[in-house]
Amino acid sequence: MSVVVGTALPPQTFRVSRFDLVRYAGASGDFNLIHWNERFARSVGLPDVIAHGMFTMAEAARVVTDWLGDPGRLEEYAVRFTRPVPVADDDAGSIIEVSGEVTELLEGGRAKVMLTATHEGQKVLGNAWAIVRLP
Amino acid sequence: MGRTYPPTGAYVVGREKVREFATAIGDANPAYHDVAAAQALGYSDVVAPPTFAFVIAYAGSSQAAMDPELGLDYSRVVHGEQRFSYSRPIVAGDALVATATIEAIRAVAGNDILTTRVDLATEAGEHVVTTTTVIVARGTAEESA
Repeated sequence: MSVVVGTALPPQTFRVSRFDLVRYAGASGDFNLIHWNERFARSVGLPDVIAHGMFTMAEAARVVTDWLGDPGRLEEYAVRFTRPVPVADDDAGSIIEVSGEVTELLEGGRAKVMLTATHEGQKVLGNAWAIVRLP
Repeated sequence: MGRTYPPTGAYVVGREKVREFATAIGDANPAYHDVAAAQALGYSDVVAPPTFAFVIAYAGSSQAAMDPELGLDYSRVVHGEQRFSYSRPIVAGDALVATATIEAIRAVAGNDILTTRVDLATEAGEHVVTTTTVIVARGTAEESA
């Protein structure tokens, strides 16, 4: 794999629906009401049910692991959750767009990747980065 | 600060749980689903997606976060930051012990900010992954900055 500073990872678009949130709640064990109960979400001041931050983090990781092939090449992965992704009760779902770029080559054949994740043009993750072992 | 909680009983990572989690995030990577594909990469069984570590750590960090001595209001908590540091990926068949430590707790602008680290290791003591979680409890700090 020929990688230089500035190498772009193939961007991906992820759709998240209420169905996805219910399924993620079950698989992860995170049944926080704000992720599936619209009545409760609005009662605590949210615009709608919001996606689990960890769901968004999981999707963003796919841009890195799909690029690497072997997910075990991921050494570090960190994000800040800066803005929630509201998920309306409709068939369209909400769109999360994720791109990544190599920003640093490190010793030992490793690299730092910065990720950008947006929903409706606004960043939903801040300071999202990964350290990977290059193939 | 620096408080460490007793290790949990081992969480045994099931192959079908790994597949269920990978399906829930919509990830068809063969390493997560197909034993032969994972073995071709040198693993003993299917590999868990990177963020699956949080599922195991969740119980450990909840234990710390629910500590009444910390006095946090969990009806107003949001997940602020998350970090993973891997020695290797989690694979099906792992039996992992979680040890939670309170790294920091501080009040900023009326919010309580709690940083919890959970180390996941095998029962033999091999480090697998460390998760660091920052949660923000809004408007709960007694001393507003």
